[in-house]
Amino acid sequence: MLIRNGGIEGKIVSSEITPRQKFFSRRDVLTGATALGVGALVLKQVPGLIHPGAVHADEKLATVPSKYTVPDAQTPFSKATTYNNFYEFGTDKGDPAKYAHTLHTRPWTVEVTGLVKQKKTADIDSIMKYRPIESRVYRHRCVEAWSMVIPWDGYSLSEFIAWAEPLPSAKYVQFLSDDKSSDMPDKPGGFDWPYSEGLRMDEAMNPLCLLTFGCYGEALPNQNGAPIRVVSPWKYGFKNAKSIVKINFTDKQPHTLWNDANPPFYGFYSNVNPNVDNGGPQSHERRIDSSAFPKTIPTQMFNGYGDQVASLYAGMDLRKYY
Amino acid sequence: MPTGWIPYVKALVHVVCLLPFLELLQQYRSGAFGLMADPVNYITHQTGYWALFLLMASLAVTPVRRLHPKLANLIRFRRLLGLYAFFYATLHLATYLFLFSGYDLPTVWAGLRAGHPGAIMDEWKAVWPTILDDLKKRRFIQVGLFAWTLLLVLAVTSPALVMRWMGGKAWRRVHWAVYAAAAAGCVHYWWLVKKGVRAPLPFTLVLTALLLARVVWTAMHRAKKARDVAKPAPAAVSTS
Repeated sequence: MLIRNGGIEGKIVSSEITPRQKFFSRRDVLTGATALGVGALVLKQVPGLIHPGAVHADEKLATVPSKYTVPDAQTPFSKATTYNNFYEFGTDKGDPAKYAHTLHTRPWTVEVTGLVKQKKTADIDSIMKYRPIESRVYRHRCVEAWSMVIPWDGYSLSEFIAWAEPLPSAKYVQFLSDDKSSDMPDKPGGFDWPYSEGLRMDEAMNPLCLLTFGCYGEALPNQNGAPIRVVSPWKYGFKNAKSIVKINFTDKQPHTLWNDANPPFYGFYSNVNPNVDNGGPQSHERRIDSSAFPKTIPTQMFNGYGDQVASLYAGMDLRKYY
Repeated sequence: MPTGWIPYVKALVHVVCLLPFLELLQQYRSGAFGLMADPVNYITHQTGYWALFLLMASLAVTPVRRLHPKLANLIRFRRLLGLYAFFYATLHLATYLFLFSGYDLPTVWAGLRAGHPGAIMDEWKAVWPTILDDLKKRRFIQVGLFAWTLLLVLAVTSPALVMRWMGGKAWRRVHWAVYAAAAAGCVHYWWLVKKGVRAPLPFTLVLTALLLARVVWTAMHRAKKARDVAKPAPAAVSTS
């Protein structure tokens, strides 16, 4: 279940209780007490840094390992879930963790529309049970030139597309995110909501493209795009639609929110490319991991996934199709 | 403000202006930065915010003291506020140069302790092309650097000694650059944020209001002068 800000019912959720062994395993209660005191001091001195109201879906997922896993040092859970771009909940990167508790992820359905054999609607729980959920550690590169390494949980989007049965005429797949005012009451103006993103059919069918339900072995926290999102790790992060309510198959390139907002910065493809500057130099990235200050490292072509995806763009001028 | 208060209020202004800096130091010492996803981004934002805030505060001094003769000695705080604005702008620039650019401070520090001062330059050589590339391609960095350069000129020419040496008229002319610096600071902020982010709006409105206050005051002053010229003015007024 979701722990909402403050808890509407004010109940103590079982997951909040320290496991018995853990509690009694403290060799020295004093050490624990000291740690608590120091922790409280830190908390008191840096208000707003740690968000007690941060949404945290503490629902463990049963996952299987996957070959699509990179060896890079992972970004801590606490950082990946408090530093988010999810503009529906505010434009500051701390906003989604603070305000995404208004998102209701059950009941949740995903509509399949457009060029398909038959329009259908699927319930989130049945989508999650459709295939085994794999744990895949992916590099995640934001167009703002920072990056993370996140263990995502999901299965290849291609499996879902096979179930959706698009017509041969379908050339693109469009993802539309939730934009209900009851879920997202304070969406900033100046954008054409709902969030729309899209992929070419062959990109969407690439096994790397992950239909994602969780991260770090748990159901997605709201601020990370609960309950269902897409992750295509060779593209900039904004390509990965969050909180998807509709998947639409078309024969024309779908419009995308960021491309509408600022065409020279955000192209339709938006593959990670150190040689093309979208909205600033992209040759380097600041890797957010467990160290105190992010390290600047060179950005890899296709975010290091060239072996799997470069063939999709053979013969294309990547400066033109950025 | 009674003149006797000035030293105390000055001390208070020092404390208030140093608070954001002390907060950053405290966050560094307490390890709070380690808990943040992107502390460099946070430091950049904080120092930039306070540079703009104090720049606006120093620009507010003149319109506020014109409101009432008793506020006239607020002028004694203008330079202080301006210099603190420069202090934060410099921290802001240093954050960009030494933390954002990829300049590896821990490596340099280790090198220095091992007796290799060359580490300072080696790291510079490594990050310099990236910085140059940024400067060439990002207009918000260009306009930000422009604003900082103006503030540098103002800071260097701020001592009373320099003011006397330059002569009041020339000094005032140079210090009009503060308007350009404040405007460039706002433009820097607007060009930095993504479309749809309105965070720079409050600063922009404040700057607009402060500039309008000056325009209105000048117009009123001129009208008054014209009236005074039209009427035979009493001697006491004409000398003011």
